[in-house]
Amino acid sequence: MEQSWRQAKSIFLTMISAPLFWLVFFFFLPLGIVWLYSFGENRGLIDIAFTGTWANYAHALDDPYPGIFWKSAWIAALTTFLCLVVGFPVALAITFAPEKAKSWLLLAVMLPFWTNLLIRTYALIAVLRTEGYVNMTYHWLFDMTNKVLGGSLGDFTPLALLHNNFAVVFGLVFVNLPFMILPLYSTLDRMDRSLLEASLDLGAGHIGTLFNVVVPLAGAGIMSGILITFIPALGSYLTPDLLGGPDSQMIANVIESQFKRANNWPFGAALSFILVYLTFIGIALQGIIERKDKGRAA
Amino acid sequence: MSGNPIISFENITKRFGKTTAVDNVSLTINEGEFFSLLGPSGCGKTTLLRMLAGFEMPTEGRILIDGKDVSTVPPNQRPVNMVFQSYAVFPHMTVLDNVAYGLKMDGVGAAERRERAEEALKLVQLAGYGVRKPDQLSGGQRQRVALARALVKKPRVLLLDEPLSALDAKLRDQMRSELTSLQQKVGITFIMVTHDQDEALAMATRCAVMNRGLLQQVATPSDLYEFPNSRFVADFIGSVNMFEGTLDVDAKDHAIINTQEMGPVYLDHGVTGPEKGTVWAAVRPEKIELHKRTDTPPKVDDAPEGYNVAAGVVKHMVYLGSETNYEIEIAGGRLIKVVRPNLTRWDQEDFELGEQVWISFHACSPAVLLS
Repeated sequence: MEQSWRQAKSIFLTMISAPLFWLVFFFFLPLGIVWLYSFGENRGLIDIAFTGTWANYAHALDDPYPGIFWKSAWIAALTTFLCLVVGFPVALAITFAPEKAKSWLLLAVMLPFWTNLLIRTYALIAVLRTEGYVNMTYHWLFDMTNKVLGGSLGDFTPLALLHNNFAVVFGLVFVNLPFMILPLYSTLDRMDRSLLEASLDLGAGHIGTLFNVVVPLAGAGIMSGILITFIPALGSYLTPDLLGGPDSQMIANVIESQFKRANNWPFGAALSFILVYLTFIGIALQGIIERKDKGRAA
Repeated sequence: MSGNPIISFENITKRFGKTTAVDNVSLTINEGEFFSLLGPSGCGKTTLLRMLAGFEMPTEGRILIDGKDVSTVPPNQRPVNMVFQSYAVFPHMTVLDNVAYGLKMDGVGAAERRERAEEALKLVQLAGYGVRKPDQLSGGQRQRVALARALVKKPRVLLLDEPLSALDAKLRDQMRSELTSLQQKVGITFIMVTHDQDEALAMATRCAVMNRGLLQQVATPSDLYEFPNSRFVADFIGSVNMFEGTLDVDAKDHAIINTQEMGPVYLDHGVTGPEKGTVWAAVRPEKIELHKRTDTPPKVDDAPEGYNVAAGVVKHMVYLGSETNYEIEIAGGRLIKVVRPNLTRWDQEDFELGEQVWISFHACSPAVLLS
C-alpha cells in the first residue's frame, strides 16, 4: 500500500475518473455558470447576457445588502460562540465517559442527522410557538405561582420565542451543535491523559487544568469546530426563513429572493459569490493563524 | 540516610470491577530511600504508585504520608510529584514554563518562579534550554524536563513511573547513574516503578517485588538476589536452577533435601521447614562449578562426599566475553544453567561442546524456598 500514484498511474486514473467526472460536471461546471451570471445582465424575462459588467457587485454595496451581510456574519458568529460554549462541556463529558457509554453518547449527538432539517425545524416551531411546549410549561408555572400569590401577577402573557432573531440563533445552535461537538471530541479524545494528570499532580485544580492545559491543547479542534460551524451558519437559509421574523433575513434568504421572486439571476449570483469569497477569506485567515502557531513552535 | 517512615500503605486493596489489582498490601517506605516497586506487567505496581499520587482511590485500606491519612486527598494537594512514563511534558509551553507550572499553580511570584525553575533546569543539566519548546528536545531531554518540573516543587516524595523504559539502551545506562546521584544530591525519597530487575537492582536501596497484586518480598537488592523468599522472586530476579524435593533431614546445623533431578542436596544450615514436606532448592548459575570429568566425582569442601555433585554433558555454550554461559544436561535430561567467569584469556577454551563434566555447588549456595 506504500505505492504512490506515480507507480500505478492507470489504476489511479481509473479510480479517480468517476469522482472527478462528478465533481467537474455537477459541481465546478454549474458553479462556473453561476460565476459567469454574476458578470451578466438581464435581457428580458429569461435571457441573460454575459457582458462582463461589475454592476452586480457594485449593486451589492447599496443598502440594505452590506447590512444584511453584516447581520448574517454576526448571527453566524453568535451561533458559533454559543455552540462552542455549549459544545465544549459536552465533548469533554463524552471524552471522559465510560468506554461503553461513549458510543451511545456519540450516537445521541449524531441522531438529529437522521431526521430531515425541515422536520427538525418544524419540531422547533412546535416547541417555541405561542402555544408551544415552552409557553405551556411557563403558563402552568405562572398559574401555580399566581394562585399562591393570590393573583398579584396579573394576566399571563406568553413569551415571544418564535419569529424573531432569538429563534433564529436558537435554531442555528440546535442545528449546528453536532458540527462543533464532533471535532472537539476527536481532539480531546486523542489528548494524552497523562498531561491532565501531570497538571493535577503539579498542583492545579480541575478548572486550572481545563484552562491551562485542555483548552490550549484542544486549539486545533476548536479552530476546525469554529470553521465548520461558522460557514454553514453564515449561509443558512431554512432556519431564518422558518423561525425568523421580518427583520431576521440572512444573506441566503436575499439570494433566494433574487433568484426567484425578483428574477434577477445576475445579482443573485453576485451575492452568492460575495458569500463564497468571504468564506475563502475566512479559511485563508485560519490557515495563516495556524501556520503562525506552527512557526512559533518550530 | 534512611530514617523515619515517610509513606505507609496499610492493608491497601484496589479492585477494578471484578479484578483485584492490588491485594492487601502493607508497606512502609523510609525517608531518603530510593525505593523500587518491581514486578511483571499487570502485577499492581503502577496502581500502587498511582494511588500514592492520588489518581486512584484505594478500595480498602489507608495511605499515610508523614503519618497523615491522604487516602481521599486529591492529587493536587499531596506533597508528592510524579515523573510520568510518557513524561507528559506540556507540548504548548516552553521548557521554562513547564518547569514553573507547578510553582505558578502554588501561587509563587513570577520572579521567584523563574529563578527556581532555572535552578531546577541546572540541576538536571538543562541550563539554557528554558526558551525551547518540548518538540525541540530529544526523549532524554524531555525526561529531564519532567524531572525538573517535579523536583522544583521540592516534594516529600518523587514518584517515577518506568522512568527509563522509553530511552534507548545507551541513554538508559547513563540515566541510571544520573538518577541515583540526583537522588543523593537532593535527598528526596524516590519511589520508582519498573519491570526491569536489572534497573531495580542497580538503582534502588530497597525493592518490593509484586506479583498478581500481592507483595512478594521487600528487601535490599542483594537480599532479593541471595535470599529470595519464594520461587517467584528467585525466578523473577536473575536466573536460577530450581530443584524440587522433600526435606529429609532438618537438623540444627545442616539439612538434606532429596531431589529427584540433582540427588540429595546438602545444606550447611537448618531450614525449619515442613518435615518431609515439599521444598525447593534454588541455585544461581554462577554458584555452580564445572569440573573436568574424572573417575571420582569432586568433593564439595563444606558437604559430605557424594552430595551437591552431578555428572553431565555440555549441551550449549554462549561466550559473552566476561563470562561464558553453559547448559549442562544431567541424568534425566534436565538442563542446568552454569555461568563461568573468564578469569584468564584461555578459560573459555577449558570446556567444549559435548564434553563430559562434573558440576558441583557449595552447601551454602542453595536458597531453600518453601513456596
